[in-house]
Amino acid sequence: MTTTVPTGTRAAKNRARALHTFGAMMARDARVLRRTFVMSAVRIVIQPLLFVFVFAYVLPKVGGGGAGPGGEAFSTVMVPGLVGSSMVLQAMAAVTFPLVMELSGPGAIEDRALAPVSVRVLGLQKILSAVVEGLVAGLLVFPVVLLVHAQGHGPAVEVANWPMLVFVLLAGAVLAASIGMYLATRIDPRQIQVLFTLVMFPAMMLGCVYFRWTALESTPWLQYAVLLNPMVYMNEGLRAVLTPQIDSMPAWAFLTALLVGAVVFGWLAMRSFARRVLR
Amino acid sequence: MTGNLAIHADGLRKSYPGPGGEAEAVRGLGLSVAKGEFFGLLGPNGAGKSTTIGMLTTMVRPTAGRAEVCGLDVAADAVAVKRRIGVVAQDNTLDIELTVAENLEFRGRYFGLGRRDARARARDLLTLFGLFDRARARVFELSGGQLKRVMIARALVHRPDVLFLDEPTAGLDPRSRLHLWDVLRGLQAKGQTILLTTHHMEEAETLCDRLAVIDQGRVLACDSVRALRETVGAETVVTVVYEGGAFDLAAVRAMARADRVEATDGQVRVFAGDPDGVLSDLVALAAKAGLTVVDASQLAPSLETVFLTLTGREFRE
Repeated sequence: MTTTVPTGTRAAKNRARALHTFGAMMARDARVLRRTFVMSAVRIVIQPLLFVFVFAYVLPKVGGGGAGPGGEAFSTVMVPGLVGSSMVLQAMAAVTFPLVMELSGPGAIEDRALAPVSVRVLGLQKILSAVVEGLVAGLLVFPVVLLVHAQGHGPAVEVANWPMLVFVLLAGAVLAASIGMYLATRIDPRQIQVLFTLVMFPAMMLGCVYFRWTALESTPWLQYAVLLNPMVYMNEGLRAVLTPQIDSMPAWAFLTALLVGAVVFGWLAMRSFARRVLR
Repeated sequence: MTGNLAIHADGLRKSYPGPGGEAEAVRGLGLSVAKGEFFGLLGPNGAGKSTTIGMLTTMVRPTAGRAEVCGLDVAADAVAVKRRIGVVAQDNTLDIELTVAENLEFRGRYFGLGRRDARARARDLLTLFGLFDRARARVFELSGGQLKRVMIARALVHRPDVLFLDEPTAGLDPRSRLHLWDVLRGLQAKGQTILLTTHHMEEAETLCDRLAVIDQGRVLACDSVRALRETVGAETVVTVVYEGGAFDLAAVRAMARADRVEATDGQVRVFAGDPDGVLSDLVALAAKAGLTVVDASQLAPSLETVFLTLTGREFRE
């Protein structure tokens, strides 16, 4: 009995080893992100930049508008929308595209799957890595949408509630990454273009990016229909904390949707991922 | 007890749901590999070799049976098993986003090495495998032979107890194949336990201490190459393929040197310890019966005759 290692000690040792592996995988993703940073940053920023340039700079200059439906500056409406949608799209893309590639080629996922951690830890790492990429995208887009505008058409932004901001950012990014992982494990790699045209683009157009959700009151069927779009909760949540002077969805609604969505899709994604990795 | 065994499998099964019901890739496979042994799984494509390797390396969940690597259950103790094995898959599984050196470096870090140690280990292995000048290359810039060597180097980063190689020389040109054989012999000389799958007879014969011949998900025979050749495949196999009627099988069986005769439609096969004159006698018998001989062949005792004797089918590479 003298050689028996106490179970608690062994479990602690295994946890520490798994954590080291997890950290090494995050470091690998950071290395790749750093290498492609300039191109990724341009890709992430270009669309929001063009939007604020046209709608908050060019149109007010040519007298074509600049005010939203409630009389608020259009630039103010767009800040949470463009930051939120960029984060959602980037967090999804960060997990979906590499994973579709890894799962389509024979055995490509084995590079990471043979590392000494459980498949669950591997899935969690992919989600966390995508969350980080989503947050980086938000950080890149925020100054752009804050600063690009015609004189007198600047957005009015303040942080009304820091804890709520942190929650919305994290839960929204986890939800987006989980949906991305779930889709990657379910779709045929050949349909990835379809995913973009049929899922990402409509989600963006109808995601309360360019208008606030409460402005849809005049079209009730649409106001309810867009609730199927997870991006709405992220954007409305950011709207509530960043531009509190503008009407937004009730806090209980977007907080519940983000939390329940992150948990449910997180669970579905992990289950589906494990089934694809272990044959 | 499986104390001295690197690998032990018993009653291993794997079935996949298919369009026509369950398809069984592995059907009750058992094998034992000792520490330090170079062991081969030889079988044609589709024999169940890759699925077997998949189960032993924790990537495929067995439907039934059990397998242990270094005394650890592959299903219940998957993470601990992964620490003790290195795997070289049949396809390219290198990380395409990373350079050659980074592939090794990060593998080391996944397995607990610190950043500096991982980098040093990567450098040592690349030097050992003659790849140092390719350290900064991207994966897609490598030739097939270099790719395999990088994969083997990567599999060795964490000094695994058992190295698994799935068809390591498939698709390589003859020169790269010979080079890789040298690499593997070198590893074995240092005491590395190796399990390799191959559908290449010469490879199995050249490298392996012991072989399991597998077909249709089962082990048909398991022994050293020499023992297999001397017992199962000790006879020369003479085959005549013909058209235009029926062979006089009674006459074939009456041939003095025919130890065993197998006949199917349009084909006669004779197993003979002393094959002198068997082929010409068979051709003569065919001519006498007015048959057209389409093909005739004589196989000297080899792994090929082992396989033929065990399965009744020719081994197609």
